Amino acid sequence: MSQGEAILQVQEVSLSFGAVQALIDVSVDVYAGELLAIIGPNGAGKTSLLNVISGVYRPQRGRIVFMGKERPRHTRPYEVARQGIARTFQNVALFKGMTVLENLMTGRALHMRRGLFSQALYWGWALREEEEHRAYVEKIIDFLEIEAIRKTPVGRLPYGLQKRVELGRALAAEPKLLLLDEPMAGMNVEEKEDMCRFILDTREEFGITCVLIEHDMGVVMDISDRVVVLDYGRKIAEGSPEEVRTNQDVIDAYLGVVHEEG
Amino acid sequence: MIYRETGQFKTSYRRDQAIFPIAQDRWFVVAALGVAFVVVPLVANEYWLQAVLIPWLVFSIAAIGLNLLTGYAGQLSLGTGGFMAVGAYAVYKLTTAFPELNVIVVFLLAGLFAAGVGILFGLPSLRIKGLYLAVATLAAQFFLIWLFNRVPWFFNYNPSGTITMPPRTFLGVMVTGPEATATVRYLVALSFVVVFALLAKNLVRTNIGRTWMAIRDMDVAAEIIGIRPLTTKLSAFAVSSFYCGLAGALVFSLYLGSVETLAFDITVSFEVLFMIIIGGLGSILGSILGAGFIVLVPIFLTNVPRLFGIEVPVDLAKEVEAMVFGGLIVFFLIVEPLGLARLWQIAKEKLRRWPFPY
Ligand SMILES: Nc1ncnc2c1ncn2[C@@H]1O[C@H](COP(=O)(O)OP(=O)(O)O)[C@@H](O)[C@H]1O
Ligand SMILES: [Mg+2]
Repeated sequence: MSQGEAILQVQEVSLSFGAVQALIDVSVDVYAGELLAIIGPNGAGKTSLLNVISGVYRPQRGRIVFMGKERPRHTRPYEVARQGIARTFQNVALFKGMTVLENLMTGRALHMRRGLFSQALYWGWALREEEEHRAYVEKIIDFLEIEAIRKTPVGRLPYGLQKRVELGRALAAEPKLLLLDEPMAGMNVEEKEDMCRFILDTREEFGITCVLIEHDMGVVMDISDRVVVLDYGRKIAEGSPEEVRTNQDVIDAYLGVVHEEG
Repeated sequence: MIYRETGQFKTSYRRDQAIFPIAQDRWFVVAALGVAFVVVPLVANEYWLQAVLIPWLVFSIAAIGLNLLTGYAGQLSLGTGGFMAVGAYAVYKLTTAFPELNVIVVFLLAGLFAAGVGILFGLPSLRIKGLYLAVATLAAQFFLIWLFNRVPWFFNYNPSGTITMPPRTFLGVMVTGPEATATVRYLVALSFVVVFALLAKNLVRTNIGRTWMAIRDMDVAAEIIGIRPLTTKLSAFAVSSFYCGLAGALVFSLYLGSVETLAFDITVSFEVLFMIIIGGLGSILGSILGAGFIVLVPIFLTNVPRLFGIEVPVDLAKEVEAMVFGGLIVFFLIVEPLGLARLWQIAKEKLRRWPFPY
């Protein structure tokens, strides 16, 4: 894996909720084309880091640089999405009242330009736009092998499939950077294997850079290029899966060894 | 006629995205339109047109409007009556100030005024949700009614405070005022419902409708995938208020002919809310069914006992009506939150499978 330019730089970010320090001086670079895993015990700050990257939380300190541009502090999540960062959520956050197809089409909303009136008339530009985006969404439906459930309301799908649809919705946005928050949590072995395959194929097919939070160390070792380890809001290690696995701090963190402060 | 989708292959996305992808549905719609436009005017008497069909139609538009906002975009509003009043008073001011203006144009302008007011009162939705937003829209309701009562300019300093629709023609036919026949007013209202139901259906099946539903289902996730809450919520308020304003314009000019603010008070807001709850949240067809239901139930309740020779005093009938509505709302909220539209869909499903019971 050649470490080319960093597509995303998280620099010395600190985030606290009152007395809780969710992130302390965390710096992470994400290189174009890589699959970076973020691991760490529960409450380590992994989701908080993704939330900072996608603009949901504003860190008290630190900078975010995406594609060479520093992000202004007041950037809203929808603006972050439009710059090319898509994500999935730890707890599935699909639009429950909509079908699979509608969820994926909504993922493309940020690329749609036609106005209210032409949409109301469902004529000309709006119609063509709808068809173009539908064609793109159908590619993703094929890719994720969810043809059969296209028209199913997502609320009726089993959990594993919902996670897959959520990946589809993120892919529909054609992001440059994809953030996946525990995409395999709560899945059985077979579903996990499918999801791994889709994540790896995502890179092949769409060339998207990926940041993945995952608990299953086996999975992390298998699919990631690099690993960042968080513990109590601090980055305690970073490196290849092999390096991280043999790192004493990481082993301690996972075994719950109490550190000496200082 | 057998209701089947087999053998009808969807050859393109355009076909697949059609409103009525199944041929039998299309025929049903054509037949229903034929009945509504041709048969009804021939057979319906004055009473049916004036007391049932015209109110059904004009309130359908209000119900569609509220359903776009509440059922699709998830923003609860109790200001429907107020927005309808804006439409009605806009029609009155425009027709009296500019007598030459085409009456259809006046109706549409009235809708636009209401849309503007809707955007204004929709602003709190950017900060508050659910019950709190409902209270804010309730404030809009009371403020608007108060405004139209208190500022005499709105009713042209008329001492009675009542506004009356002047007679106006469209294509040489009298459509408003005492000379306009019930049949003509019915046909105008029907045309508005058909056109605006279709436009609403188009909105909810394209991008704007999906962004509304996304905000409704999970606003945080919607914003993170690139949907801007400000424009999405305000567009829902604007479009919804346009529909409510148009409905108010039609209530005033086609249905009642002359009104006071009482015609648009808080009970109207609740009635329209009941329409969409009973008809089905998030359904255009449901809005129309629900409006019909709410208009018909009181008529049903007064006429059925009479058929059996029982004379029910008016105030008792009102109480019974309130109880029946209350019971139905509870029923639909608990048993079938998707309303009449869902029951209709279930019936169609059954028909599709018939006679095989699986
Ligand atoms: N919105 C919030 N309000 C208060 N505390 C929060 C919030 N989000 C996260 N935290 C706290 O920040 C810490 C890190 O949480 P999180 O990022 O969810 O961890 P992880 O995803 O690694 O399990 C936890 O102590 C958690 O309680
Ligand atoms: Mg987490």
